[in-house]
Amino acid sequence: MRKIFGFLMIFILFVYACSSDDSTPDTSGPLPPANSTFERGPLLENIADNIIIPGYIDFLSKVEALEDATTAFVTTTDDLTAIRAAWLEAYTTWQRVSLFENGPAETVGLRLNVNIFPANVTTIEDNITIGSYDLGLSSNRSAKGFPTIDYLLYGIGVDDTAILAIYNGSEGDAYKQYLQDIVADMQSLTITVLDEWQGGFRDTFVDNDGSSATASVDRLVNDYIFYYERHLRAGKMGIPGGIFSGTVEPNTIEALYAGDLSKQLFLEGLDAVQDFFNGRAYNGNALGVSLSSYLDDLNVLKEGADLSTIIDNQFNTARQAVQGLGSFEQELQNNPPTAFLNAYDEVQRIVPLLKVDMVSALSISIDFSDADGD
Amino acid sequence: MNKNLQTYLNSHIEAAPLAVFRVFFGILMFVSIVRFWSYGWIEKFYIAPEFHFTFYGFSWVRPLGEWTYGLYLICAVSSIMIALGWKYRIAMISFFLSFTYIELMDKTMYLNHYYFISILSFLLIFLPAGHYFSLDTLSRKRKKNSSQTSSGVIGYVPRWTIDSVKLLLCIVYIYAGLAKLNSDWLFKAMPLKIWLPSKFDIPLIGNLVSEEWVQYAFSWIGAGYDLLIPFLLLWKPTRMFAFFMVVIFHVLTRVLFPIGMFPYIMIVSALIFFETGFHKKVITILSKVIKYPKSLLDVTTVWKPVSIKRYKISLYIIALFFCIQLLLPWRYILYPGELFWTEEGYRFSWRVMLMEKSGYAQFKIKDGVTGKRFYVNNADFLTPLQEKQMSFQPDFILEYAHYLRDHFTAQGHQNIEVYVESFVALNGRLSTTYIDPDVNLAEIQESFKHKYWIKPFTDEIKGL
Repeated sequence: MRKIFGFLMIFILFVYACSSDDSTPDTSGPLPPANSTFERGPLLENIADNIIIPGYIDFLSKVEALEDATTAFVTTTDDLTAIRAAWLEAYTTWQRVSLFENGPAETVGLRLNVNIFPANVTTIEDNITIGSYDLGLSSNRSAKGFPTIDYLLYGIGVDDTAILAIYNGSEGDAYKQYLQDIVADMQSLTITVLDEWQGGFRDTFVDNDGSSATASVDRLVNDYIFYYERHLRAGKMGIPGGIFSGTVEPNTIEALYAGDLSKQLFLEGLDAVQDFFNGRAYNGNALGVSLSSYLDDLNVLKEGADLSTIIDNQFNTARQAVQGLGSFEQELQNNPPTAFLNAYDEVQRIVPLLKVDMVSALSISIDFSDADGD
Repeated sequence: MNKNLQTYLNSHIEAAPLAVFRVFFGILMFVSIVRFWSYGWIEKFYIAPEFHFTFYGFSWVRPLGEWTYGLYLICAVSSIMIALGWKYRIAMISFFLSFTYIELMDKTMYLNHYYFISILSFLLIFLPAGHYFSLDTLSRKRKKNSSQTSSGVIGYVPRWTIDSVKLLLCIVYIYAGLAKLNSDWLFKAMPLKIWLPSKFDIPLIGNLVSEEWVQYAFSWIGAGYDLLIPFLLLWKPTRMFAFFMVVIFHVLTRVLFPIGMFPYIMIVSALIFFETGFHKKVITILSKVIKYPKSLLDVTTVWKPVSIKRYKISLYIIALFFCIQLLLPWRYILYPGELFWTEEGYRFSWRVMLMEKSGYAQFKIKDGVTGKRFYVNNADFLTPLQEKQMSFQPDFILEYAHYLRDHFTAQGHQNIEVYVESFVALNGRLSTTYIDPDVNLAEIQESFKHKYWIKPFTDEIKGL
């Protein structure tokens, strides 16, 4: 009897070994055992229910408020205040959801469609002049979204009077139409993403609680680190600061035409990244299961350094460093922009902590490369 | 020459084990190549990347563009020829050359088991594995019938030929076991303590892998397995049990870790330890299936080398080959510093699954004339896998630094200086600075000398 059982066990393992290949997503496996500290289900539930979905709900409401303000603006075209405020409000909220380019957002390419900066002024003006454009084309990605609205509300004239004059001028209707189309495009993309999350994707996401390279946690962490490194660190600070080119590029900052906003938008993004790490609920301050608590659980076992605290502290250090700066525009006028670069260094220090220490502790593969190991 | 050695070299054994080994080796190699091809990995890892990390002295071995597929085709055809025993010697040589060329193209892809296959196929070139249960034998038989000349059919081969395969397997296991005798593996259960908890979703043992005692048990049993299994396989009374353990162990590693074909190769290879009777049975079954003439299986002719001189040279080559195999893993002793940290002498030494090591490397380019400095986005030059491997291995970092130097020099920068800011975490320790950030890598020459520009390891790992 015992022999049969032994053979049966080996057989089951063998079948499993043959069936689960490195690159196949494992969604059919048995549920993780109860009471395991490494269960990923609760982590995914907290992220989906308390962070991502409330985030998109809030973002959509801000985009809809922007749409209302746009409708109001194009009817009167006498005051930019309300629409600019609604734009800033939505843009700020965007920084809270930009990092979740995973699942539905990844499918529609939300970030690519909503916040590619700097905006391409030539394409925008051509689109407006010609009057027919397909905003779904990837060539139009730098002619839509928040950066384009930034240009349309702040950049088309030297001052408010000049800007309003354009909207009230001979080509005013074309500009108004373009503005409305762009806002509508953002709205429809956001609705698609939120509908998916509120429909079937939430359960797909939570149920994919395995540990393969295609499991939710592994993908999410990869996307999270990618966002931090490429978009927050490089996009909002590194590239304008000339980190990768050796030359300061002040024209590549976020919210270029409105001015004096890029620092605030960066800090909002940093808050979002830190709150995600700590599992802080979108509405309120409740802390749930998170990467941080996951690291703590593993740490109990490892008796190693308190990695979650080290990472959290470095987030705080980076924030203080950036808060201590003047506006990015002012800082980048210095040559070299020493204070800006020093603050960047603190932002940079988080990258190895996430990419090396955290990922290594969680045993998450940093890329999707499905090659063999030994 | 020593008399005992002479007697040993002149003793013979039935050829069946070598034939079975040849057939399975050929089939498994063919499956491995088809698998690699079907995943699109030839394109992804060898054709698409612009830059490849090369082995010291082998920088001339490069992927051949679209022709790389041809290389794999040669390798696949050779492996079928090996399985069939058709023009065995030529097939083995072409397999060894094509496979080794493939492995030398980019060291990002280095795996111990690819190295194992390379040296095993080198050894097989010298063994008379194609003279029994093979197409070669069949065709020689036909020729014999028509011309009545040489007898091409053999039933016995020198004993050492089968023993040499066993010896190679013993070396692999024992060195892999010795490498595990270190404080991280035995007293910290590292890296299994990191790897196992993330395997909570596998059947049967999923709820055990986060238990600390399980992690220690796996570590100790794993080390004990590697050190003892060759002896248990060699000794007849324990052989069945040992083979049972081989199957369990390798299937388990297959379940836990993404190690491709390696477990199957090791399971099948372990069959060589069985008595000739077992292999005869396998051959009998196979020959019934393919209607291989039974008269060719029951011969007692002893294999004789065509040229005694060439045979002697082969023996010396094999003796030298094993000396190298026995000594190469110890070369790390010649280097100062912690082996796991510097990786000087780490490869080609059967150090398998020993480290959870990851790194981050950011390169700073400085134009020596204008003083202009900027950082490199590694994704512009490397694939994710290349970047990952590069970030914690000094020879990769240096080769990449030289590539960057040449790239930016070609872009018109002058007196390029290359610096790296790098962090590496090893077996659960916090990451620390890996390469001296003040050393201009553009000026450093690659060599087998110690790389003084690696920052010292801040902890200690005791053991071999």
